[in-house]
Amino acid sequence: MKQLTQFFNSLFLAELFKGLSVTGRYLFKKKITVQYPEEKTPQSFRFRGLHAQRRYANGEERCIACKLCEAICPALAISIESEEREDGTRRTKSYDIDLTKCIFCGFCEESCPVDSIVETRIFEYHGEERSDLLMTKEKLLAVGDKYEQQIAADRASDANYR
Amino acid sequence: MDLILSIYEIPVINILLKIIVILVPLLLTVAYFTYIERKVIGYMQARIGPNRVGPRGWLQPIADAMKLMFKEIIFPTNANKVLFIVAPTIAISTALAAWAVVPFGAELVLADLNIALLYILAMTSIGVYGVILAGWSSNSKYAMMSTLRTAAQVVSYEIAMGFALVGVVMASRSLNIGEIVAGQGGTGIWGWYMWPLLPLFVIYFVSGVAETNRAPFDVAEGESEIVAGFHVEYSGILFAIFFLAEYANMILISIMAALLFMGGWLSPFESVEFLSLGSSFLAGSSIVWLLAKTAIFMFLFLWFRATFPRYRYDQIMRLGWKVFIPITIVWIYVVGIMYYAKVAPWFV
Repeated sequence: MKQLTQFFNSLFLAELFKGLSVTGRYLFKKKITVQYPEEKTPQSFRFRGLHAQRRYANGEERCIACKLCEAICPALAISIESEEREDGTRRTKSYDIDLTKCIFCGFCEESCPVDSIVETRIFEYHGEERSDLLMTKEKLLAVGDKYEQQIAADRASDANYR
Repeated sequence: MDLILSIYEIPVINILLKIIVILVPLLLTVAYFTYIERKVIGYMQARIGPNRVGPRGWLQPIADAMKLMFKEIIFPTNANKVLFIVAPTIAISTALAAWAVVPFGAELVLADLNIALLYILAMTSIGVYGVILAGWSSNSKYAMMSTLRTAAQVVSYEIAMGFALVGVVMASRSLNIGEIVAGQGGTGIWGWYMWPLLPLFVIYFVSGVAETNRAPFDVAEGESEIVAGFHVEYSGILFAIFFLAEYANMILISIMAALLFMGGWLSPFESVEFLSLGSSFLAGSSIVWLLAKTAIFMFLFLWFRATFPRYRYDQIMRLGWKVFIPITIVWIYVVGIMYYAKVAPWFV
């Protein structure tokens, strides 16, 4: 009996009609497309986009050249050189992030003891040549200066969950 | 005015004009069929499809055509250049030549052949040579594999399709498409051959899907295994020609299904009396009915593609040989019995 129903089901294409009814219903369903440049999906405050280096409120750069981020970076995208500044503090001479290597895992931000290197929400950027994607210390600090308010607000919202 | 009329009377010019009148709308339909395909499949996947070129994306097919025209044609190393160009030519010329005998109304036909049905079968069969030569001349493994698959698949399904058409020919006792349509008239929707020949109707259309290498029978293209199949090495306008041929064939299968099984240009309300429909425009035969019925089948092509996963190769062969051909043979006998029993309204 079971075999017989199975035979007739396959002969009269029962399963295929079921499939057609599903796609037929979806033809009239609401479309979920987000029309990107005009519409955007909501973003988390934990979004990991373009990197930035932050400063303290008095304008002093936060980075102390501890090189923890360089050590933890799984893609070996960060390279740091340090020096002693005139006032005797240890600072970075150069701080480069190669965005062509970076995998945006956020480990650098996690490892940073002074919350200096952070990943911002910026993701709509491009480089016209490879060197545009090599973030030097100056570029990173510039990004940090420009978006400090947003960065600080995002850290504050995330603090509740830490 | 007289001069224009006298030029129109010259047979060659007369026929050429008629060809243009058939081909230009056909090619426009093909172009917009690709747009509608992308839209319909998008909608069935909860997307909205192309909507950037022109209002609502209406200019998308024009943009696609322009892109393909300006792309470079690449000849693979050691490819047979002559056959490489001949193959798409065969594909498109047979696909378009078949349209010569397609009637659009009782009098609207370019070539009123008495063996139109055979002619169409022959043309679609020759079209396969385009695919076979394309795969062979490309000097590519994938194209070759696809060619082998297509050849076997199309040969198998041609038999089922041929048998399905035998049913139609038995019912109408004619190979002339105009007469086949006329044989379905008189009683409205119930006079159409799709009712006594229902299994043959389904088999005809499914075989048609397989003949045109469309999903779910598109192992010839099989993106996941053989990249794009027989046209993997084609680019630019040569690729566009294969595309045109495939879509022209799809529309041909659709219009043939409408003509042979759904009464072509006959109105479904022919003999309906209520609300005085019997005398209005709705009840009269017109090309509008033919196009509407064709559109149903064209939509089915897209619906199938959006719904069904690709058949495995051995399943395609099993379906063709072990299901379709036996059913058609049995139903041909049933048609014979119905003919002797004079089942109304088809066999009176």
